[in-house]
Amino acid sequence: MNIATKRWLPHTVSAAALLVLLYPLAWLLATSLKPADEVMTSLDLWPSHLEWSNYTTALDGVSGVTVTHLLGNTLLIAGGAVLGNVLSCSLAAYAFARLRFRMSKVMFAFMVATLMLPHHVVLIPQYIIFNRLGLVDSFWPLILPKFLATEAFFVFLIVQFMRGLPRELEESARIDGCGPFRTYWSITLPLARPALITTAIFTFIWTWNDFFTQMIYLFAPEKYTITLALSSFVDQSSTSAYGPMFAMSVISVLPIVLFFFVFQRYLVQGMATSGLKG
Amino acid sequence: MSTVSTTRAPARTVRTTDPRPRRSKRRPVRERQWPAYVFLSPWMIGAVVLTLVPMAVSLYLSFTDYNLFDPPHWVGLRNYREMLTEDPRYWRSVGTTMLYVVVAVPLKLGLALGVAMLLKSLSRGRGFYRSAFYAPSLLGASMSIALVWKALFNDGGTVAGVLDAVGIHTGGWVGNPHLAVYGVVLLTVWQFGAPMVIFLAGLQQISPDLYEAAALDGAGRRRQFMSITVPMLSPVVFFNLVLEVINSFQVFTPAFAISGGDGGPADSTMFYTLYLYERGFTASHMGYAAAMAWLLLIAVGAITLILFRTSRSWVFYADEEGR
Repeated sequence: MNIATKRWLPHTVSAAALLVLLYPLAWLLATSLKPADEVMTSLDLWPSHLEWSNYTTALDGVSGVTVTHLLGNTLLIAGGAVLGNVLSCSLAAYAFARLRFRMSKVMFAFMVATLMLPHHVVLIPQYIIFNRLGLVDSFWPLILPKFLATEAFFVFLIVQFMRGLPRELEESARIDGCGPFRTYWSITLPLARPALITTAIFTFIWTWNDFFTQMIYLFAPEKYTITLALSSFVDQSSTSAYGPMFAMSVISVLPIVLFFFVFQRYLVQGMATSGLKG
Repeated sequence: MSTVSTTRAPARTVRTTDPRPRRSKRRPVRERQWPAYVFLSPWMIGAVVLTLVPMAVSLYLSFTDYNLFDPPHWVGLRNYREMLTEDPRYWRSVGTTMLYVVVAVPLKLGLALGVAMLLKSLSRGRGFYRSAFYAPSLLGASMSIALVWKALFNDGGTVAGVLDAVGIHTGGWVGNPHLAVYGVVLLTVWQFGAPMVIFLAGLQQISPDLYEAAALDGAGRRRQFMSITVPMLSPVVFFNLVLEVINSFQVFTPAFAISGGDGGPADSTMFYTLYLYERGFTASHMGYAAAMAWLLLIAVGAITLILFRTSRSWVFYADEEGR
């Protein structure tokens, strides 16, 4: 191998890998614009003409519920989840990272252990609780748990970040008479912003992508999220409706793609640090 | 940690002489604990109400015939016995899930490590590729991508078409009981970007001095990889391995979407969680589903424990060695 190939080989391999990797996304976009008779018949990625009516059909939504309404529902759930996780996880994380209290080691060990707990073990009793409270078929079962710091992954992430922060600022704040709440709110939280943003973005994307919990708790079409609508769209229509179905798919992943482009630095760094400090 | 009981005892003996200054002095030493509990209260409520109590309840339900509508009756070990000895679909779901974990996790992590090393060797464009390769990890869990996957691997889809063109005639994978599960495997492998990002960060933390010293001592590429990269990266590999194994046991959305929710064809994509959902929520055998969930917990716990035990022999912690 001469020096020129040695230099270009990694680039060529990377570029080729990227093409393969992005093919499904290109396929999704292309298919969402294809006329019905071209979808599963031709391997040609490019549509013979752009069928924009797929999108107008998709926008009508499912069971008389428009896509705008579905997106609104999803946004409400994801927004509530983000607020809940950032607030409750950062509160718990501050106590674990900075305060001393009885049983702190036991509680921290328990929190870390729940990282590995399969969700299914608590799923049925949680369902019974929400059923008894009359909250099934509402957004509460999807939002309320987030305000109770049930996602240990984020508590852990923020604890690790806070432990890496210098203590000097907090100590001088305490000497100046700041109580723990003031210190948390005015000193530690602003310093922990990168970890909070990572928490917010991941919560948003995971909630947006979630299917299982939404399927279990939501029944009425007007409560549907975009994912549930997509799933029922598949059940209701034959392969001839592939175009509109994938148009709706494009609409449903658009917010994630947008988030990715805006916040990719935080996403990639958040991912990297969570793994290294674990 | 100072506890209330240990600090109170000596306080009585000195109180007779001069209580006041002692008290004010002790305050900062005996840190007030209640603010910590205020900070922790949401988490503690969640831990008790949404984790501990539900765990106990689902353990209890696993010994009952609960169906969500009638009060539960104690049936002893019947659910477990039925599951382990009389339910071939249960074992089928265990087999499918194990096959998936054993194939998908090493493939995904191997590809992640390979691409991370490839990206590390790039002089420019590393950040771009890192972000681009990471993107599928964010989208892969969505219903949309699962539907794309189903179409790509279906009869007349791209995969069958491309394989046909090179002389391999598989037909659609989605309808083939021998191949359907590998469609889900490939969807998982497609999302190798998340562990790759972690590997890349780990690779960048290895000091170049180590490689230089090894090169001076005459170590070749392969030797450097085995003696420096592998041990230095082993904690990160271990972290990713545990994370991926735990997550893989719980895969649901792609199996649901690709099979149309029924785990077909011929139960070949009936993953453990899909079968649990079917038993519990479609067939209303909540007791049975709870027993399934507990066996899943025990299996995941046991596998994690085994991974941690074996990790002592192959995971190298540089900072511990230095102490």
